[in-house]
Amino acid sequence: MAISRGAAVRYESVQKSYDGESLVVKNLNLDIPPGEFLTMLGPSGSGKTTCLMMLAGFEPATHGEIFLNDRPINNVPPHKRGIGMVFQNYALFPHMSVAENLAFPLQVRKMAKAEQEEKVQRALDMVELGSFGNRRPAQLSGGQQQRVAVARALVFDPELVLMDEPLGALDKQLREQMQYEIKHIHENLGVTVVYVTHDQTEALTMSDRVAVFNDGVIQQLSTPDDLYEDPQNSFVAQFIGENNKLDGKVIDVNGEACLVELHDGTKLKADRVNVSAVGDRTTLSLRPERVEFDTHDEMDNVVDGRIEELIYLGDHIRVRMTVAGNDEFIAKVRNRGQRRDLTVGDHVPIGWALNDCKALDPVA
Amino acid sequence: MSDATAGQVLTTQDGKPLKASLARALRREKLRALVLIAPLLLFVVLTFVAPIVDMLFRSVENGIVADTLPKTVVALQTWDPRSGEAPDEQVFAALYDDLAIAVEAKTHTRLGSRLNYEQTGISSLFRKTGRRINRMDEAGPFKDQFLNADKKWGEVETWQVLKQYSPRYTDGYFLSAVDAQRTIDGISLKPENEQIYLFLFGRTLFLSIVITISCLLLGYPIAFLLAHLPLRTSNLLMILVLLPFWTSLLVRTSAWKVLLQQQGVINDFLVWINLISDANRLVMINNQTGTIIAMTHILLPFMILPLYSVMKTISPSYVRAAKSLGATDWTAFWRVYFPQSVPGIGAGAVLVFILAIGYYITPELVGGTSGIFISNRIAFHISSSLNWGLAAALGTMLLVAVLVLFMVYDRIVGIDNVKLG
Amino acid sequence: MKLRTVILAGTALAMASGAATAMDMTIVSWGGAYSASQNNAYHKPYMELNPDVNIINDESSAEAVAKLRAMNEAGNVTWDLVDVVASDAIRLCDEGLAMEIDHDTVLAAAPDGTPASEDFGDLIVSECFIPQIVYSTTFGYRTDVADWGGNTPDDICDVFDLETFPGKRSLEKRPINNVEWALLCDGVAKDDVYSVLETEEGQAQAFAKLDTIKDQTVWWSAGAETPQLLADGEVVIGSTYNGRLFALIEEQKQPVAMLWDAQVFDLDGWIIPTGLPEERVAAVKDYLMFATDTQRLADQAKFISYGPARKSSAPLVGQHAELGIDMAPHMPTDPNNAKNTFLYNYEWWADYRDDIDAKFQAWLAR
Repeated sequence: MAISRGAAVRYESVQKSYDGESLVVKNLNLDIPPGEFLTMLGPSGSGKTTCLMMLAGFEPATHGEIFLNDRPINNVPPHKRGIGMVFQNYALFPHMSVAENLAFPLQVRKMAKAEQEEKVQRALDMVELGSFGNRRPAQLSGGQQQRVAVARALVFDPELVLMDEPLGALDKQLREQMQYEIKHIHENLGVTVVYVTHDQTEALTMSDRVAVFNDGVIQQLSTPDDLYEDPQNSFVAQFIGENNKLDGKVIDVNGEACLVELHDGTKLKADRVNVSAVGDRTTLSLRPERVEFDTHDEMDNVVDGRIEELIYLGDHIRVRMTVAGNDEFIAKVRNRGQRRDLTVGDHVPIGWALNDCKALDPVA
Repeated sequence: MSDATAGQVLTTQDGKPLKASLARALRREKLRALVLIAPLLLFVVLTFVAPIVDMLFRSVENGIVADTLPKTVVALQTWDPRSGEAPDEQVFAALYDDLAIAVEAKTHTRLGSRLNYEQTGISSLFRKTGRRINRMDEAGPFKDQFLNADKKWGEVETWQVLKQYSPRYTDGYFLSAVDAQRTIDGISLKPENEQIYLFLFGRTLFLSIVITISCLLLGYPIAFLLAHLPLRTSNLLMILVLLPFWTSLLVRTSAWKVLLQQQGVINDFLVWINLISDANRLVMINNQTGTIIAMTHILLPFMILPLYSVMKTISPSYVRAAKSLGATDWTAFWRVYFPQSVPGIGAGAVLVFILAIGYYITPELVGGTSGIFISNRIAFHISSSLNWGLAAALGTMLLVAVLVLFMVYDRIVGIDNVKLG
Repeated sequence: MKLRTVILAGTALAMASGAATAMDMTIVSWGGAYSASQNNAYHKPYMELNPDVNIINDESSAEAVAKLRAMNEAGNVTWDLVDVVASDAIRLCDEGLAMEIDHDTVLAAAPDGTPASEDFGDLIVSECFIPQIVYSTTFGYRTDVADWGGNTPDDICDVFDLETFPGKRSLEKRPINNVEWALLCDGVAKDDVYSVLETEEGQAQAFAKLDTIKDQTVWWSAGAETPQLLADGEVVIGSTYNGRLFALIEEQKQPVAMLWDAQVFDLDGWIIPTGLPEERVAAVKDYLMFATDTQRLADQAKFISYGPARKSSAPLVGQHAELGIDMAPHMPTDPNNAKNTFLYNYEWWADYRDDIDAKFQAWLAR
């Protein structure tokens, strides 16, 4: 990361209600250090966009305070916050050319004409659209419009850029390409980016840290790998990546580990994440790629599974099986050339390490 | 298309030119489309286009003189209108022949009414002469007999008018419509105390523009509000906007009378709060103010609806984007929102202006003398004076004026920049 | 009244299914109280005598001239009998849109045997016109104007006297009547009015006189306007048809009185459109014979304060059907009201109407 010239953002006990009856954002506390790429991830209605709009100044906070570089900004109107923003549908002004769009924030800041032109050209070059200045937004492709929107949000050198699902309208391939471009721009400029998305892949690809929202509360705030490896609750485990669920009851606790008995009596060892005592109900979470078919005696958990379905996916094979009464148990087998002898209907032993199996809060 | 280079014609598999095959394939679709719209097309042509064309044709049509007095028209060809003398016996003999037939068919009075538009007194001249014609001596000489019947037959002006309007087509109606007339000395403006149409055209344009502007000023904020309120509230407001459509035009106009007249509600209130004295009650009706107020009210929905439908499509994220880029509320509105609402303004303004320019009931009822439009004169000539030729000429000019303004508008704003919904 | 028409139409229709000779007759008139008076005095008694005839009321007289011309050009005349003012009748006759008739054969003689043409006399202003009523255009004024200091207008020229009688006036938005009154009040003798008006100077003189009250005048185009303006106090004196003022004063009891001085007599009556098939013309003539006889014309005055056009009808005018007051004193033709009257010169206006109207409109607009 280059020398940081980004802004620090802090939410302090922020609450938001639209109707005075229910809270959309419940007591949000969040610290974003300068230069960080933070993603707010969550399903629709989880409160992530509202948090972004409060930061941009388009929605007032019902309670609490938001700080920008330690300055409270609740009473600062949006146009004085100096925050760049990229909107879901780009919001490029259709009656202005690309260059006029980019010059707009500079004009309202009454910048000298020559300086404006120079900055506009530099911003266009940055997004590799140097020769498109005279076009209208409608004459550009979706990806090009997206780049213009990014360039416009950055052209006036803001310390903070907000992005509200900016890649939602693009096709898959273009989206992946843009993810890298945005990430590189962020790395080069060092601005703070707050990014809102409901796409977990996007969040994991781009972010320094991800705040997973659900029901108006941040469920977990971690780096992408922590989020995947160490989900703090069942919601995060299920929302991020693929996940097998096994319901049971804690029957023994031993430090960081615990023993869980499933409904059919199978006993499994698991990493104790958020269960506290014997007798607690729990849902075990296990990533499909951590399931081993080459079992051996030292393994923490070994159970019997019946193969229900095989799906060939090139680099790996998805195996759907029934394990401990759960017929939606998924295992991924890496495709290593030597074909595995897996047949639908077979009973095979499978196993996994204690640390890959998280004992989380029970799901419903 | 590289195949088509060097003048090579693309063909289909069976060797026919590709373009011809395509045209044939499309022709069937076009025919089907035509069949689908045929009933409407026929309806519009029969009930709308044809009467309008017929009406426009009346503005130049003038066959009545040649049809009623065919021999006289021929005989008059040799008469010099500058001679200062009435024509000779030969013309009067032709007039006798023509009139004898015309009186039989009772068409002479109709010709009299027609020529009376051009010269006062000809109506009674033909009526009076018609009654005498059967008592005239068939052997002649006729000149003295006609002069006996009415001395106007001896006046050179009578014959000048007859000769001038003997061609089957005339520009007389159009000249009248621009306050001009054709005399034997050429085209000249009518005396000042008869000039009215150009003045009325000017006033119609001026008042229509004022009405359009006041509709825009009043309608824009309302449309803005409608487009940005929650659907439930905006639907309720929309009903209020459309409410005037559900009451009869006459009821609405009468309601304005009750409100605006000198002993009316508004004046009573202003006197009651001592803002004006009882002796100085405001004159707000039976003048231009009344026309502008009542017509603005009537035409307001035609401004609001297109504005609303355009504003509804302007995403709120544009204004937000502008603000996030550092624009104040006003700059965001003026530089970003307003330009995007221009198609709505264009559509609303064109609608209101065109409706206003042709209105006549409301100006007639509340316009007094200073608030009436050219359409009031057109209505008068259609229903009261029966001078349909002049009415048609005035209508044609109004139509042309609207088309010209439309073209100017297209040149300045662009007709593709109009969105009706 | 509408309901009654519908019921009548309904019964007529029911009978029509049985009687082969049943026919509809469309009679065009002005609507409102005027059509009601015709319905009571003519249509209902006629339909009682002739159950196979069904009279349909059409209230289109205001646009009759234009509509008749349009119907005639389209070759489809749907009206059987049209009520128009005399000047329109002359115009329609000139245009060949109204049928010329022989008044003595088509209309009934008076009870004493006087032929119709003599009984109607001068009022037959056109070969196509069958006079029905005499009405007048005259002034009404408010009786409670404080600024007048107890004076009441009794002379036509008081209309032009803004000093003694300040306040707004209402006049009809057309030259007819107004220019005559203006000249009368500018020293022109009654007999000379039209010969003066034929000259440019005479016309200028009339407009100059009207100029003196122009900015105090509200111009009306529908007969109902002046009564409303008077009732609202918007104007203190205004011209309209005498029947409208009768309704305002006697039926609505408004503080308004009549100024009969220099009232201008006008006529209203029937015309038969040209282009009707013979059997319809015969039916209409049968109706006319009945509806314009001495008694029927006198009957109409029971319902509306317009004078019957036949001399022989005058003695038969009785009391108002609902108010129960004697109608004779309210007739424009009553000797007390007709001390100073003015007769509208139809022939002259047929010639000068287009010209003076153009000048009048130009004058108004300035």
